[in-house]
Amino acid sequence: MAGATAAPARTGGRPGFWRLLLANRLAAAGLLVLGLIVVAALAAPLLPLPDPDLTAPAERLARPLAPGHPLGTDALGRDILSRLVWGTRVSLAVGLSATLIAAVAGSLVGLVAGYAGGRVDGLLMRGVDMVMAFPYILLALAIVAVLGPGLLNALYAIALVNIPFFARNIRGVTLGLARRDFVAAARLSGRSHAGILFGEILPNVMPVIVVTISTTIGWMILETAGLSFLGLGAQPPRADLGSMLGEGRAVLFTAPHVAMVPGLMIFALVMGINLAGDGLRDVLDPRLRSGALTRPVARTKVARRRVPALTPDPAAVLDVRGLETEFEIGGEVHRAAGGVDLKLGRGECLGLVGESGSGKSVTAMSIMGLVPTPPGRIAGGAALLDGEDLFGMPDEAIRRLRGAAVAHVFQDPLSTLHPLLTVGAQLVEAIRAHAPLTRRAAEARAEELLGLVRIPNPAERARAYPHELSGGMRQRVCVAMALANDPEVMIADEPTTALDVTVQARILALIERLRRERDAAVLFITHDFGVVSTICDRVAVMYAGRVVEEGPTRAILEAPAHPYTARLIACVPVLGAPHRRLDAIPGRPPPANRLPEGCAFAPRCPRATADCRAGEIALGGRGGGRAVRCLHPLAPGERA
Amino acid sequence: MSGAAFLDIDRLERVFGGGRTLFGRARPGVHAVREVTLDLRRGETLGIVGESGCGKSTLARMIVGLDRPTAGRITLDGRDLVAEARRDPRALARRIQYVFQDPVASLNPRRTIRAILEAPLRHLRGLDGAARGRRLADLMEAVNLAPEHLDRYPHEFSGGQAQRIGIARALAAEPDLIVLDEPVSALDVSVQAQVLNILDGLRERFGLTYVFISHDLAVIESVSDRVAVMYFGHLVEIGRVADVFARPRHPYTRLLLASVPAPGRAVAPPEEGEAELPDPYHPPPGCPFHARCPRRSDICLTAFPPRDSAPGRADHLSACYHPEGDD
Amino acid sequence: MGLHVLKRLAAAIPVLIGLSVIVFLIMAMIPGDPATAILGAYATPENVAALNRDLGLDQPPPRRYLIWLGNILHGDLGRSYALNRPVLDEVLERFQATLVLAGTALVLASLLGLLAGVVSAARQFGWTDRAVTFAVLIGISTPSFFLGLLLILVFAVRLRWFPASGMYAIYGGGDLKDLAWHLVLPALTLAVVATGVIARLTRTAMLEVLRQDYIRTARAKGLRERRVIRVHAFRAALVPVIPVIGIQAGFVLGGAVYVETVFQWPGIGSMLVNAIATRDILLAQGGVLVVAAAYVLFNLAADIAQTLIDPRLR
Repeated sequence: MAGATAAPARTGGRPGFWRLLLANRLAAAGLLVLGLIVVAALAAPLLPLPDPDLTAPAERLARPLAPGHPLGTDALGRDILSRLVWGTRVSLAVGLSATLIAAVAGSLVGLVAGYAGGRVDGLLMRGVDMVMAFPYILLALAIVAVLGPGLLNALYAIALVNIPFFARNIRGVTLGLARRDFVAAARLSGRSHAGILFGEILPNVMPVIVVTISTTIGWMILETAGLSFLGLGAQPPRADLGSMLGEGRAVLFTAPHVAMVPGLMIFALVMGINLAGDGLRDVLDPRLRSGALTRPVARTKVARRRVPALTPDPAAVLDVRGLETEFEIGGEVHRAAGGVDLKLGRGECLGLVGESGSGKSVTAMSIMGLVPTPPGRIAGGAALLDGEDLFGMPDEAIRRLRGAAVAHVFQDPLSTLHPLLTVGAQLVEAIRAHAPLTRRAAEARAEELLGLVRIPNPAERARAYPHELSGGMRQRVCVAMALANDPEVMIADEPTTALDVTVQARILALIERLRRERDAAVLFITHDFGVVSTICDRVAVMYAGRVVEEGPTRAILEAPAHPYTARLIACVPVLGAPHRRLDAIPGRPPPANRLPEGCAFAPRCPRATADCRAGEIALGGRGGGRAVRCLHPLAPGERA
Repeated sequence: MSGAAFLDIDRLERVFGGGRTLFGRARPGVHAVREVTLDLRRGETLGIVGESGCGKSTLARMIVGLDRPTAGRITLDGRDLVAEARRDPRALARRIQYVFQDPVASLNPRRTIRAILEAPLRHLRGLDGAARGRRLADLMEAVNLAPEHLDRYPHEFSGGQAQRIGIARALAAEPDLIVLDEPVSALDVSVQAQVLNILDGLRERFGLTYVFISHDLAVIESVSDRVAVMYFGHLVEIGRVADVFARPRHPYTRLLLASVPAPGRAVAPPEEGEAELPDPYHPPPGCPFHARCPRRSDICLTAFPPRDSAPGRADHLSACYHPEGDD
Repeated sequence: MGLHVLKRLAAAIPVLIGLSVIVFLIMAMIPGDPATAILGAYATPENVAALNRDLGLDQPPPRRYLIWLGNILHGDLGRSYALNRPVLDEVLERFQATLVLAGTALVLASLLGLLAGVVSAARQFGWTDRAVTFAVLIGISTPSFFLGLLLILVFAVRLRWFPASGMYAIYGGGDLKDLAWHLVLPALTLAVVATGVIARLTRTAMLEVLRQDYIRTARAKGLRERRVIRVHAFRAALVPVIPVIGIQAGFVLGGAVYVETVFQWPGIGSMLVNAIATRDILLAQGGVLVVAAAYVLFNLAADIAQTLIDPRLR
């Protein structure tokens, strides 16, 4: 079943389920151990083993490697190897059955509770909570007390005790899925409740069930062994691993091997299961699969193949030259920024415009090393701040510049502020990271900053947590934080995209006022030409990781020279011109791991010729401070 | 209102939460949609615009039966939709369909496009295998996708393609009315234009009626015949899109229009002060916009203003004591 | 905040009531007649009936439950027939010993687990991370009853560093040092699995948190990496870890059953095993009730600690 859910027909050369699982060396080792144990247990009746229950008082407590008894004998003279194989068989069968019972019953409860919601959910989950209010083993003990000692009863107890665990896990996932749009869509497609639950939701829950099984099965084997160890599970003469260990305990000091052998077997079995289970989880969890659950380090890795000339340009406060940023995902290299040149003058506002995937955010985040590594790395180019190469600096120097000379404002003000710290504390921290102020002085300064961004009652608001503020207020806090140390450059990455239009207008006005008052240069990343036109002095348009056109905002908006810029402007509806025909751009941007030779826009461009598809095209100056990367640029007034 | 109303919404309300606890204390409730009344004529596109939390998506979900109103009526060709949604959701789904905002989230990641599109054909239209095959080909052609995409999984599609599949699924039910909830907001502008053009073509070809919900005024202006503006759960202004956008009556509509960034427009904020949306748990009395309104007076605090039509434009209504254009 | 704590406390009351119902039901389902069990197989029917009347066993179950609950609230859990002493006395005495053992193990597991998880996440894919991950895997794969035997063999029998069993030395012990010396092996044994679980979860939570936007913000502000990890990431990672520590309290309390049996620790776990084996129902009932109630309180504490850290939960 795991294979069926994990390996739908994937394209794009993603490795299959088994290959991924076996590529994990630990998981493969676990599978091997597990496989050997399972085979031995299955083959027990076929193996040339003596009767496990045959007592031979004369040969009692023989050491391992004794003739006829490779693992020795126990206190009744029974062959330990034979008992071990047969006992493993029992333990495996009991653990597996208990897991299956718990998985089926628990998943069913979880699915129904999560999908039905409301009262059904409340009722089922109160019941589950009640059972979980008992310490796990205690409840199993109580159930065995009711049913009486015995292997089967131990199995029931362990299964019953694990039902809530499955129910809770599965219910959580189901609850999330039941609210997803595709479930509403299935309802609108006329599917019945049962059809939705088992046809739409269950296939998505299946990997979670499999992962939960893999994490509990080891536990279940341990717990049934535990009950047997206490004498409440398997009853003599029948033995499982736990009861063998329990019997061995009586002769621990005289013949430790009687206890050690089953103990080690339990360990090997559970370890094998856990190793394989971890591997399975890594394969089935899509976040882990894409390598997302890796910890980004403090600064983007710099591994430059090319370093351009570093002669400073005195007119530019920030000068990005030939920036190349790559992501290495699953062995493929995605070139997110493929040689970006930007110049930001003192006090200037430069708009960086592009669609998603154009590399505009990656470019902006590369400057101060905020692109996550892994998987990102800076593979070439330079970024000069006041003539100093940022990529060549040591980490500590970059840290001193971050939030001081170069400040950032990000897109979603809710996720970019720490949810557990007051906004005042976060401001104070930003101030004290760069200025040797006392806490009290920093707090006063924080309030002053909140006032500066027009937050009413700054002293009171400083004690608020981010979730207690509105989206607009949160973004004001972010702007205040960026201004804390009078930056020379502010990098604003889509700062108003998550906001409503009336709030956006206020934040734009705020940024505009503050940058003029403080003479800060702004690199403003956005996809919205309307925003660009109100706030940016100059604009650079990006496509497929490169700047394709740049120049004064008004000139570019009125007479775009690059066909892409022209088409992009033409397909945006403009307020007040409702009858303008929207010209969609045919096709899609090329994927960053398969960029074409020459101009990346050529496949979608009506003006493209053969020479567009071969060789490097330079960003050529056109006068009036404009530049365009095109062999056939548009003349003013011409349509693409 | 002129013409036979096709869809009629009468004083529709939706309260989330609320009610009373076990001990009779009132629970805090949020009034997401308040007394919304509007109608829709066959074949037109009604745009609904407003900012986040204004209740426009809740309204949309109630029209299509994904949510139930707390009070008020929705009728389609004179039939009570709320009762219909309860009695026979499939009958409702055959007449009204829905297109979601997030195109990828609205497709089940573990089902092929064929399985997704076949569901409405099978459950709503009761087509057999061969008929389904023919319809599938038609549907894919209608949204401009190659038929070989049918056996792929949703993650293999871009946002724009996924949204076209979402539209095809809505079309499969052969509805009269499609509610489009922010259908292009999640898309890049170049893709947005593709989807808007496809929607426009389908409307003409199949004689569809659209309710088009968006926060983007320019998009609303380009697709709608009439537009309704919502604020804080209320419908504050409704009329022909040219009237409302050229001569807004409600100060909130004017603020919205003035806030859209556009070339040649000053970056000065279009409103004074720092007042924001009222607290939904403690709504102020009277007009919820009064704290931000440049035209407010004492009367605004008394009760929510009645709807009045503009002089000479009977179908241009606004709920304001001091509408613009009267002075 | 204070109001919130009160609310949580109030919410624990129905859980405790539900718990008592379950315990009552389980014990009522135990086959066999308690009166016969108490009086022995040779009791006359008259005696059995009389005792049943005295115990209230001739009443309908809901009424019996109320009587029983009333008795519990008065501190009367009945008498253990095997030990011939009040259940409450025995249970409380035993529970103290368990609390010492389980409390030590839980504190140990929390500290070690959090530390290992944070270090492991901060050095993801480094040697420390690999070593910790592997050690954790071994830890959670080893049955505590086996580990206990192993430790006894090595540290008590071979090396003679620590005693093999009991809580105090039989001769000349009884002070805190003696207790600590006896505590080392069982507490370690009991802590291993919980440490592993907490370490694993802390590592995952840290990795999850370190990818969040607000960590990027913290770095963009120019904070030192040490502060980013210790203040920003660790605090946020604690939010999902704390309830798991609460749950681990249950596993530690339950795991005490094995460890106390192996080390002959005079706690409530070994008492329970004996009570079940000898069918001393009232004693088992009292033991289960006290441990379960303690677990509810542990979870309550975890819950309150979580809201102290996360203002969004208030």
